[in-house]
Amino acid sequence: MKSFTNFESRIVPLPVNNVDTDQIIPARFLKTTSKQGLDQQLFFDWRYDEQGRPKPEFILNQPGVKGAEILLAGDNFGCGSSREHAPWALTQFGFRAVISTSFADIFRGNSLKNSLLPIVVPPDIHQALFAMVEKNPDVRVKVDLAAQTLTLPDGRAVEFPVDPFSKQCLLDGVDELGYILKQQPAIAAFEARREGSIDTLQGV
Amino acid sequence: MSKPKTIVEKIWDSHVVHEQPGAPALLYVDLHLVHEVTSPQAFQGLRERGLKVRRPDLTVATADHSIPTTDRSLPIVDTIAANQLAQLEKNCQDFGIPCFGVHSDRQGIVHVIGPELGLTQPGMTVVCGDSHTATHGAFGALAFGIGTSEVAHVLATQCLLQRRSKAFQVRVDGQLRPGIAAKDIILGVIAKIGVGGGTGCIFEYTGTAIRALPMEQRMTICNMSIEGGARAGLIAPDETTFEYICGRPYAPKGAAWNAAVARWREIGTDEGAVYDKQISIDANRLEPMITYGTNPGMGIPITAPVPDPSAITDPLERDSVEKALRYMGLEGGKPLLGRPVNVVFIGSCTNSRISDLRTAASLLKGRKVSAKVRVMVVPGSQEVKRQAEAEGLPEIFRAAGCEWREPGCSMCIAMNGDQLQPGEYSVSTSNRNFEGRQGKGGRTFLASPLTAAASAVTGVVTDVRTLL
Repeated sequence: MKSFTNFESRIVPLPVNNVDTDQIIPARFLKTTSKQGLDQQLFFDWRYDEQGRPKPEFILNQPGVKGAEILLAGDNFGCGSSREHAPWALTQFGFRAVISTSFADIFRGNSLKNSLLPIVVPPDIHQALFAMVEKNPDVRVKVDLAAQTLTLPDGRAVEFPVDPFSKQCLLDGVDELGYILKQQPAIAAFEARREGSIDTLQGV
Repeated sequence: MSKPKTIVEKIWDSHVVHEQPGAPALLYVDLHLVHEVTSPQAFQGLRERGLKVRRPDLTVATADHSIPTTDRSLPIVDTIAANQLAQLEKNCQDFGIPCFGVHSDRQGIVHVIGPELGLTQPGMTVVCGDSHTATHGAFGALAFGIGTSEVAHVLATQCLLQRRSKAFQVRVDGQLRPGIAAKDIILGVIAKIGVGGGTGCIFEYTGTAIRALPMEQRMTICNMSIEGGARAGLIAPDETTFEYICGRPYAPKGAAWNAAVARWREIGTDEGAVYDKQISIDANRLEPMITYGTNPGMGIPITAPVPDPSAITDPLERDSVEKALRYMGLEGGKPLLGRPVNVVFIGSCTNSRISDLRTAASLLKGRKVSAKVRVMVVPGSQEVKRQAEAEGLPEIFRAAGCEWREPGCSMCIAMNGDQLQPGEYSVSTSNRNFEGRQGKGGRTFLASPLTAAASAVTGVVTDVRTLL
């Protein structure tokens, strides 16, 4: 994982509540055994018509979206299926952060493991951001993870929550597996005192 | 005296391997279920780092999502799916994990086979790269869905980094009336709290109506916890639970059984334990529930009209309902009853167990399904299929005009070729009505097996109570 650095970006507005991961990447694309190439399938059924042509009215097909790194979404973004293909598709498209009032638990966890920052803002800031982007699609915001601030186009800095552990992992560009592997003595000690375990190898 | 604890706190505390300030707890996993869709990239990650699977004896795999539900002796025509299924079997072989693959007599939907094999037991931590893992909470296990990175963590270390969730009590008291079942309870709960209502929480289902439910109906309820936004949902174990587990292939035997039951009796929530949130549902007043929209929170009693968006004040909420009704081709203020349907799907990890099939068959026995409706009955596992065959259920389904298929997730997720055509309507016993979930452009009404069977007979959305 690369370390997460500060950045400034345009905002891609998606004013829809409860966007589920089946919309972010439809299930028929999950037959792949690779992580690659998923940006093509991001929001596929909202992005393309029956003939596979881009729908001009969908935000990802509009000019100026290319290169934008922030998605501004409605409440409860990422609900539904646990598919990590959702953050993979979003990051491969170029997104580094999603702003919403809330995120579904599994999606939030998956995002943090893929350098995609879920930024939770209060409802008034959320509405203000949508209004600012609607007025001027070129407005930019700044993300500073170390300071945990989102700087709005009008210069206001809004603090957002991130748990300290995930923050450090993102800033250092390290994944959790390395940390867990270092706990092997504690894991072995725990295993020594477990009781009543199943054995799936029984009879195989 | 120590502080009273909830069932979740008890399971959590007994599974913390390591915890340091500022970091999430390292939690031990007792059972890891694996399937073909969310595991290949995790195995790849292990290979890249030269890691082994730490506890293959606590891991089991099966093929369910992309597997065809047609004759298994035929080759799989979708080469991408065939590759994914072959990849699962190869990964399991390379890493020493038992796998109930395409041709296994134990193959089935991962959340059906765990309980039926006796692998799922009270007090366990159970994870799977699948959001419906909460199903196993019906046994008083802390069970939740994880992403593929976490699948790799568990494969390599048998542990996960986790943060505590809030405790949310969902209390259901009273007695269900005829024609109303577990699916109606959970659709009622989700309609009440919304699809984000349980975010950051774990549900504990309590109350007399929950206690009265047999295990398979409890699984239906816990299964859809994620549809209410909660990663997990539990029911404390009781005699019903122990009776269900006793004698299953992987259940403890002899003295170990007695010791296990003694442990399991202790894990329920203590008197006086505190929940962070709470709701109550009156089972006496519950009606058959059905969804009209494009998320599972958009549910109504079957006799009610579809909500009228112009009556909704919150603009984003109004937009959501308008957008949903547009996708569904429905008009606000009108009833769903009597709307023609094209497909009825009876199956999925929510409602494909033997009791679900018995319920559907009881209504279809001696009746014919509407000539305008395709009815698919997809058992949850090979074991469910065998049991159904022993009871003569396929004959009832076939005589009524239904298709009787091989086990898998099938039209719940439409990855395997079982799918709606654009614009088609289904009444489905599955768990998600998201846009395109059952096939691009398909429109889903989620309901119970009884409502599904009743609608199959009439060819329109039907209140089952009119056929009882």
